[in-house]
Amino acid sequence: MSDQTTNDVTLDEICVVALAEAFRGDGEVLCNPMGPVPVIASRLARATFEPDLMLTDTIAYAIEGNLPFGGDPSDAVIESYMPFRSIFDQVWSGKRHVVMGASQIDKYGNQNFAAIGEYRKPKAQLLGMRGAPGNLINHATTYWVPNQTRAFSETVDVVSGPGYDRIAELPEASRANFEIRRVVTDLGAYDFESDDRTMRVRSLHPGVTLEQAQEASPFELTVTGDVPESRPPTDEELALIRDVFDPAGVRKSEFR
Amino acid sequence: MPSGGSWEDNVPDKRMTEDEVIAELDSGMTIGIGGWGSRRKPMSLVRAILRSDLTDLHIVSYGGPDVGILTAAGKACKVTYGFVSLDSIPLEPHFRAARQAGSLDDFMELDEGAFYLGLMAAAHRVPFYPTRAGLGTAMLSENPGLKTVRSPYDDGEELVAIPAFEMDAVLLHMNRADAKGNGQFLGPDLYFDDLFAMAGAKTYMSAEKVIPTEDFLNEGPVYTLKIPRVHVDGVVEAPMGAHFTECPPDYGRDEAFQKEYAATAKDPDAWAQFRANWLELESHEAYRAKLEERGN
Repeated sequence: MSDQTTNDVTLDEICVVALAEAFRGDGEVLCNPMGPVPVIASRLARATFEPDLMLTDTIAYAIEGNLPFGGDPSDAVIESYMPFRSIFDQVWSGKRHVVMGASQIDKYGNQNFAAIGEYRKPKAQLLGMRGAPGNLINHATTYWVPNQTRAFSETVDVVSGPGYDRIAELPEASRANFEIRRVVTDLGAYDFESDDRTMRVRSLHPGVTLEQAQEASPFELTVTGDVPESRPPTDEELALIRDVFDPAGVRKSEFR
Repeated sequence: MPSGGSWEDNVPDKRMTEDEVIAELDSGMTIGIGGWGSRRKPMSLVRAILRSDLTDLHIVSYGGPDVGILTAAGKACKVTYGFVSLDSIPLEPHFRAARQAGSLDDFMELDEGAFYLGLMAAAHRVPFYPTRAGLGTAMLSENPGLKTVRSPYDDGEELVAIPAFEMDAVLLHMNRADAKGNGQFLGPDLYFDDLFAMAGAKTYMSAEKVIPTEDFLNEGPVYTLKIPRVHVDGVVEAPMGAHFTECPPDYGRDEAFQKEYAATAKDPDAWAQFRANWLELESHEAYRAKLEERGN
């Protein structure tokens, strides 16, 4: 799709809103996004329809207010202390929704950002497991994939975040808290609200056809009924994104 | 007020130099290193390992340049880690090169929260702590050393048993310490250094400044006093001891220096030169003098 869509709204802004939508209904949970689009999306959700979210400054504090991306958190009102140890305790307590990236993701949501190739001697060492195994099995996870063509994979080389097929093999108690809420890409938003828990097209960004989305996926995308268009930002949301959260336009750097 | 000849005079003075710490270590040991990524790492002690003849070390760390340096220099033959990152440079390039070359094939990579449990199990002297983290992932399937355990209660759930990280020695860096071995952090996060200190059979703590005990509360509130001396065997006064990693509020990360370090992962000659110029100097004092010349 082209960079421009209707009413001058750009792809990055559509993606911010699609990611913000992943938090709808979360209520009081800790949200831990990283990187420009996820951070802006979570702050947007809290500033508009999901006011009870708790957000971190990405260092060691949960902060109030509408801090711009990359803004100096020292002026923000601190509402709680969140050093790394508390973050892990928070993960296990379950009141958290994380946004992570995926170098590879398959149709069941198996995610890899650990390594490409053979795990013991990889062609490319990536981030490693980081917090993925613990996050996925404890609370809601959303994936942000700025380049669908590159990330969507028939199979993943290393499973750092388990998908619905692997989780299905575990007993009920172990999978009770597992949820991949959403996968948001440069082409659309996906979920797993299908009978066989495969990736379903939830909405497509303005100007993207189902054929184009399918073209950018080696596995078959699940479709149930009519696929809506991803909603554009409201005027208020657009103003918040452009003037408050990211006046420098850092979010655009994620689309390369 | 109590009179002189006080109890304090009889508490041992644990101050020592970097090289005296390293002299207490042996090749083949398991060494835990505190801090997190490129944050508050005991770099003067790491460099002292580098210039020693220690070898075949097993390093346990929320890894940053400590792991990168010791791996690239061939000092570490095994690494147990939650991640290895330079923070502002997400992938530690020296560690990455070693993984991709297959020169480090003995490692245990854990979910970063699960790593906390291995430290806690060691600190609490139990064989493991259970968690669901790892179920259904490569963390479990690719780690033959990692076992599961079944709950003895009615639920009978099978969980991952994160083994206690038994460590022969632990190295930490704090903002302040006293000569007796109490440590104080003044930055935003202690990370897991208190657990490291408890878990180590021996624990050596460097600090930006060694101060009289009664001065601690002039530096920070009482809950910054997180390392009690019963867990500390040696104290090293090392101003700029965490450089080039960050040590707030004393100093931030030296990003320019870190970039130079990172760039040497691509070029063996540049790495040899960087080691000679910076990492294998005869003492921390010499390193500091060189930093000053550089304008730091």
